[in-house]
Amino acid sequence: MKQKVLFYTRFERLWHWLQAFLILSLAVTGFEVHGIYSIFGFSTAVEYHNLLGLSLIGLYIFWVFWLIITGQWRQYVPGIKGVYEQAMYYISGIFKDAPHPTEKTPESKLNPMQRVAYFVLVAVLIPLQLILGALYLYYNEPDVLGIQLESLEPVAILHTFVAFLILTFVIGHIYLTTTGHTLTSYIKGMITGYEEVDHK
Amino acid sequence: MKIIKFFLISISILTKIYVSYYRIIQFLVLFNYIQQNKEVQMPHKMFYQIYAVFILVVMVAFSDVIAQDKISNYDLNSPYHKHIPMVDHSQFDVLKKKFKTPQEVTETCLSCHNKAHEGLMKTSHWLWTETNTQSKRGEHKYGKYDAVNNFCISIQGNWARCTSCHAGYGYENNEFDFTNKSNIDCLVCHDQSGTYKKFPTKAGYPVTEETVFPENNVTYLPPDYNKIAQSVGIPKRQNCGVCHYFGGGGNNVKHGDLEKALTKTTKKVDVHMGIDGANMRCAECHKTENHNITGKLYTVATDNEDRVSCTDCHESNIHKNPILNRHTETIACQTCHIPEYAKVNPTKMSWDWSKAGENRKPADIPKMHGEPTYNKKKGEFTFGVNVKPDYVFFNGTAEQVHFGDKIDPTKPVVMNTLNGSYLDGKSKIIPVKIFTGKQIYDTELNTFIAPKLFGKPGTGAYWSDFDWGKSATAGMKEAGLTYSGKYGFVSTVAYWRINHMVSPKEDALSCNECHVPEGGRLAKLQSEGLYIPGRDRNATLDSIGYFLLIATFIGVLGHGLLRIVFASKRK
Repeated sequence: MKQKVLFYTRFERLWHWLQAFLILSLAVTGFEVHGIYSIFGFSTAVEYHNLLGLSLIGLYIFWVFWLIITGQWRQYVPGIKGVYEQAMYYISGIFKDAPHPTEKTPESKLNPMQRVAYFVLVAVLIPLQLILGALYLYYNEPDVLGIQLESLEPVAILHTFVAFLILTFVIGHIYLTTTGHTLTSYIKGMITGYEEVDHK
Repeated sequence: MKIIKFFLISISILTKIYVSYYRIIQFLVLFNYIQQNKEVQMPHKMFYQIYAVFILVVMVAFSDVIAQDKISNYDLNSPYHKHIPMVDHSQFDVLKKKFKTPQEVTETCLSCHNKAHEGLMKTSHWLWTETNTQSKRGEHKYGKYDAVNNFCISIQGNWARCTSCHAGYGYENNEFDFTNKSNIDCLVCHDQSGTYKKFPTKAGYPVTEETVFPENNVTYLPPDYNKIAQSVGIPKRQNCGVCHYFGGGGNNVKHGDLEKALTKTTKKVDVHMGIDGANMRCAECHKTENHNITGKLYTVATDNEDRVSCTDCHESNIHKNPILNRHTETIACQTCHIPEYAKVNPTKMSWDWSKAGENRKPADIPKMHGEPTYNKKKGEFTFGVNVKPDYVFFNGTAEQVHFGDKIDPTKPVVMNTLNGSYLDGKSKIIPVKIFTGKQIYDTELNTFIAPKLFGKPGTGAYWSDFDWGKSATAGMKEAGLTYSGKYGFVSTVAYWRINHMVSPKEDALSCNECHVPEGGRLAKLQSEGLYIPGRDRNATLDSIGYFLLIATFIGVLGHGLLRIVFASKRK
């Protein structure tokens, strides 16, 4: 028996799509600043990138606040248990139409592999990237930063590399949205908040 | 305040996105992609009203930024800029008497301005030397008097020609009396009749009878001292220009950003001097006290004092865009605001003395920007017009090569090293003209030679006898320097700061002049730790990044394909 369950509250959906928009547009403008291509022109790209980046910092802080208040941070606590089963599912089970090894519930939305991957993303890569971005933006304004950076070089190089890592995550993330009950059920879920689950 | 503004902006953008989110939902419902349910509710009408008010608040908060328009602290309505003279010198009887010599004029000037000479006689315009400081040499006296350059090389032995630009009369050898105030030339700086001219080869004197200068066929007339003395006033651009435009023996030869066109120019060429611009006199920036004029040249003066700076009048955080203001930490104003120099007439870019002395036919001498590229007396030249400057890091201190210093002839000798690096915390990127030369040096002692160029035939003067050996012997003897008797030619490089020909702000450099991967203005600029966004990258980490992206993409593509294959098999 299939049942519609609310997985994502309005705030979570809004946060998710805002973050998606910010990360993608930061990538587009960021790689223009990096000199890969020219779409907006350097100065406009820099201006947008800075504004988008600062917005993402704001959103991230807001989201962390929400995590703490609602206790939703528990969703992201990684563990080893179930990672192997989940990996095996993606390697073989998925091709045989085997059932998902982990049950998705509103209390535990992420499977063990997702927990690890998302933990790395939201607890390591994104905050690191935001800090690097702030250092990049204000590197010659010690009044704003509180520290005096000697050179922009290491900050800029690392900022670019983390951008590559986050973008790699995005590709995998988008692909894995197609692994729900239907190809678009996960995306639909993130728009409406509801997903159909088999009620056991 | 900035932070508040930033938050207002970000909230307005976030709200805009929030609204867009519901618009997208509406569309999806409209096209039956998803079913309307209770969870998807449109925002209340009130929301849009609050949002509109909020946008208004943001606009008001930013209106002061838009309204800001003051670009300079210098008042172009000030009496100093407009300068209305307090006295009319044509009414003074002392200036109506008959003058036989220019010194008599000077004495008459000093009879009223009876302390004017005190300040002037301490300046480098008079002494042609001043205190210099360099890291390796320490504090020492140095100036035009004993300098070596890669244009006409040296004053030693060529006095009467070079000292036509001395603010005095009769500086024709090392014996000149710097304490005799009668030999000050007041007129060259203060003449407003435009008729006072010092003859090019008479050690600063004007002519006493009509004389033609053979080099350019210009006729020099004896000055009408009464007319000139009665015209005197505050120095204008042409007063400074009579010497400073023509350094190196012709218009714009040396500087590249100082030339005769600046006397009457447009703001497109120079925003400060343009008649349709601020129309300022030189001394309005080069502030002067007791005849001591601020501003120095790093080819002769390395002491980092009495400099002129843009920020004497302009705030360094003048830009509306904070990102541009952050640039001022590491980039001099001139770098972006002087996109090109030699905007009107060409400037000399290189000078090869080793080719001098050949009898080339005028037909065999190609012209460059209208200037002949060869002169038997001087050798081969190249010229440039509308030249994009080169760029270096500079911290305000410099080193120089002097006569007697050991040089390394195996590579181009840098005449004046501009010190600076990205990491020293004091340097800024500045625009420079790099002038390359090839000139005579002592192949035994590895020192520069001061050749005698100017003089009568038989004196060893190169421009009369065309014999480098005799010229070197005569010049070194007059200069009192050691010469082994063996000479050769060595390549040289000199750095000239570009400070004039500031363009109007709309002509300032745009970002992509420098922030491009290749071919930008700063493409050649290297300094440890320097990272220019858009220009620099870490090739290894970038490659790893690209590899990760592509590998992941191919991975998910393959995974997806396999799923399709297995799914079709199941059917």
